[in-house]
Amino acid sequence: MVSVSVENIKKSYNKTRALRGVSFEVSQGELFGIIGADGAGKSTIFRILTTLILPDSGRAAVEGYDVVSEYVKIREIVGYMPGRFSLYQDLSVEENLKFFATLFNTSVNENYDMIKDIYSYLKPFKSRKAGALSGGMKQKLALCCALIHRPKVLFLDEPTTGVDPVSRKDFWAMLKRLKEEGIAILVSTPYMDEAALCDRIALIDGGMFLRTDTPENIVKNFRREIISVSSSDMHSLLKDLRTIDQAQNCYSFGETHHVIFSEGVNYCDLSQIADYLSQRGHNDIEIKRIEPTIEDCYMLLEGGRHLNKYDK
Amino acid sequence: MRQFASFVRKEFCHILRDKRTLLILLVMPVIQIILFGFAISTDIRNIKIAILDSSQDNVTSYLIRQFEANKYFSVEKLVTSQREIDELFRQNKIDMVVVFENNFSRNIVHDGKASVQLIADGSNPNTATMAVNYASSIFMDYQLKIAQNMNGAASVSQFAAESTTSDIGGTTSVAAVTSSGTVTIIPTVKMLYNPQMKAAYNFVPGVMGLILMLICTMMTSIAIVREKEHGTMEVLLVSPVKPLSIIISKTIPYLVISFINLITIILLAVFVLGVPVSGSMSWLLAISTLFIFVSLSMGMLISTLVKTQAAAMLTSGLVMMMPGMLLSGLMFPVENMPWILQFVSIFVPARWYISAVKTIMIEGSGIAFAAKEVYILLAMAAVFITASLKRFKNRLE
Repeated sequence: MVSVSVENIKKSYNKTRALRGVSFEVSQGELFGIIGADGAGKSTIFRILTTLILPDSGRAAVEGYDVVSEYVKIREIVGYMPGRFSLYQDLSVEENLKFFATLFNTSVNENYDMIKDIYSYLKPFKSRKAGALSGGMKQKLALCCALIHRPKVLFLDEPTTGVDPVSRKDFWAMLKRLKEEGIAILVSTPYMDEAALCDRIALIDGGMFLRTDTPENIVKNFRREIISVSSSDMHSLLKDLRTIDQAQNCYSFGETHHVIFSEGVNYCDLSQIADYLSQRGHNDIEIKRIEPTIEDCYMLLEGGRHLNKYDK
Repeated sequence: MRQFASFVRKEFCHILRDKRTLLILLVMPVIQIILFGFAISTDIRNIKIAILDSSQDNVTSYLIRQFEANKYFSVEKLVTSQREIDELFRQNKIDMVVVFENNFSRNIVHDGKASVQLIADGSNPNTATMAVNYASSIFMDYQLKIAQNMNGAASVSQFAAESTTSDIGGTTSVAAVTSSGTVTIIPTVKMLYNPQMKAAYNFVPGVMGLILMLICTMMTSIAIVREKEHGTMEVLLVSPVKPLSIIISKTIPYLVISFINLITIILLAVFVLGVPVSGSMSWLLAISTLFIFVSLSMGMLISTLVKTQAAAMLTSGLVMMMPGMLLSGLMFPVENMPWILQFVSIFVPARWYISAVKTIMIEGSGIAFAAKEVYILLAMAAVFITASLKRFKNRLE
C-alpha cells in the first residue's frame, strides 16, 4: 500500500529553487532514503510532507491525506525528527518523553512496547537533562519522542548527522526493526554508506532526483569503468588524472582518488595509465579496478557539479 | 485540556529552571521600587547644615530651633567663624550654612529688617535649590507669625524674646528676614494630591506599567520565539495540538508572574513608601489585568513578526519599553511634549495605564474618571489580539 506519494513538487525560496519537480512514492513498511549533499533540497521535502511549508506546485499526500488541505489529519499520524536536535534541553529525558506523549494524547505506558528497545539505552539517564546527553543519546531520545504516538509514517531528517559511528549503526538497526512494524520510514542522509541500508533510495542534487531505485539496482546500472588510484603526491595526482582524455569524473575518495571513464571505455589499460603518471613524476603509483559504490554513482549522476564548484 | 495543562506545566518548568531569569523577574520590581523610592528620589532629606550665629539672641535661637525641628534639615554644627565654614564645605560635611548677622533681633525690632545669608553648596544644584527653598520657608513662617501677632495685638515675646518687647509697637507690619537682605516673597505652591511633591506618587504607577510590560511583552515574545529559534516549534507544529493553544499556554506562566509582581509593587508602595491606595483596590486590579492583556497580546504579535530572540527583545524594547518610559508621562509630562510626540504617545498603552492608575490609586477617584483610559486599553487589546491572530501561522512560513 502506498503511504507517501509525491507528484512533481516544486518549491522556491525567493529566487533559490529548492525543489525543481520531485516525484516518488513510498509504501508502508518501506525504508526510503533520500541521499544528497547539503543544500540539495532534502529538508524541503521533509518540511512539505510534514505540512510545515507549502509547495509552490505539485501534489503530495501522506496516508491518502493531502499535505495542503488535510494537514491537520497528517499531523496526527506522522512522527517527525527535524535535522536539528529539537527537544527541550532543560527538561529531563523522562519529562521530554512524557511531554511528547501528552502532546499526541497518549501516554508513555500505552505505547511503551514501541520504544522499549531504544529507551532501554536511555533508561539509566532518564532524570538527566536532555541538553546534557551525548549526540547519540540525543538522537535516540528524539527518535523515542517521534515514535511515542505510534506514527504511521516516520520522517527522519538527517538523523545520523554528527553522531558517532557506533551510534549510527545502532540507529540503523533500530530503523530496521521499526520497518517491520509496518511503518513507512523516510530518512535523509548525506552519508552515502548509509544508503545501502535502505530499501530504496533517491539520489537528490540541486532540487532534483537524479535516480530513484534500490541501492543494488543503482549500482548495477552504473555500467562504467571505474578505477582507484593512489601515489605519493595525492594533490597533484588529482590534477594529473583530470588531464587523462577519457576520464570523465575524478574525485578523492577516502585515501585514494576515483576515476570514472566516459561511456564507451570498456577495459582501459592500467599499465598505460601508470606509465603516464610516472612520466609526470609520480612515485608509488597504485591502480586498482573497483566495484562502484553508491557514492560513485552519485558523483557520476551529479556530473561533478560540486567538484567544479569547489575546484574553481 | 490535558495537552494544555501539560504545556503550561512544561512552560513553568522552563521558567523555574532558569533560576537567574526567574530571580530577575521577581526581584526586579522590588529593586526598581526601592531605587526609585529612595536612591533616585527627587525628595531631599537630611540636608546637612551649619549655623553661624553672630547675634546669639532670642530670635536667632528660636530660628535655630526651627531648623533643628525641621525634618529636612539636620544641624550638624554651630560654628563661630567664617574659616570654619570654608573648612566644613571643603570636607563636604555640610550642604548649606545659615549666617545670622550681628544684632539680628535688634535690627528686626528697630528697622523691621534683618538679614540672613544662606550659603549653599552649588556643586549639587538640585539639593542647593531645595535647601534654600526649605530654609526660606522657615523664615517666611516666622515673619508670617509675627505679622499675625501684630494684627492680633499680641506680644511677640512668644517669638522674639522679652528684652525687645518694649518698642515693637505696631510699626512693623512685616519683618522681612530673607537671604541677602532683600524683601522677597517666596510663592507658595499648592500641590494637589501630593502636597510634599513626593516622587513616589508619580513613579509607582510608572513602575507598575514598566514591569508589566517587560514581563508580558518582552518575556512572552522571547519565550515564544525561543521555540522557533531552538527548532522545537517545528516538532510542536507537527502534532495534533492547535498552534494557537501552544501560544496561549506560553503566556499563562507570565500572567502568573506579572500578578505576583503587581501585588509586590502595591504592597511595597503601601507599606514601604507610604503611597496609599486611595481608590478601589478591585478596580486597580481590574485595570492592571486589562493592561496585562494588552501587553500579552502585544508580545504575541511581536512573536509572530520576528524570528530570533534577540530581535524579539529589540522589538519589544523599541516598541513598548522605550515609549513606555519616555512618552507615557512617567518621566516627562505628556502635556509638555511637542504635539508630534503627544500624538505618538496616544498609541502608547502605558500612557493610558499609568494615567488610569494615577486616577484610581493616587487620586482615589471613581472608575468613571478613568473610563476613557479603560476604553482605549480595551480597544488596543482588541486590535493587538486580532492582529496577532491574523498574523499567526499554522505553518513555519
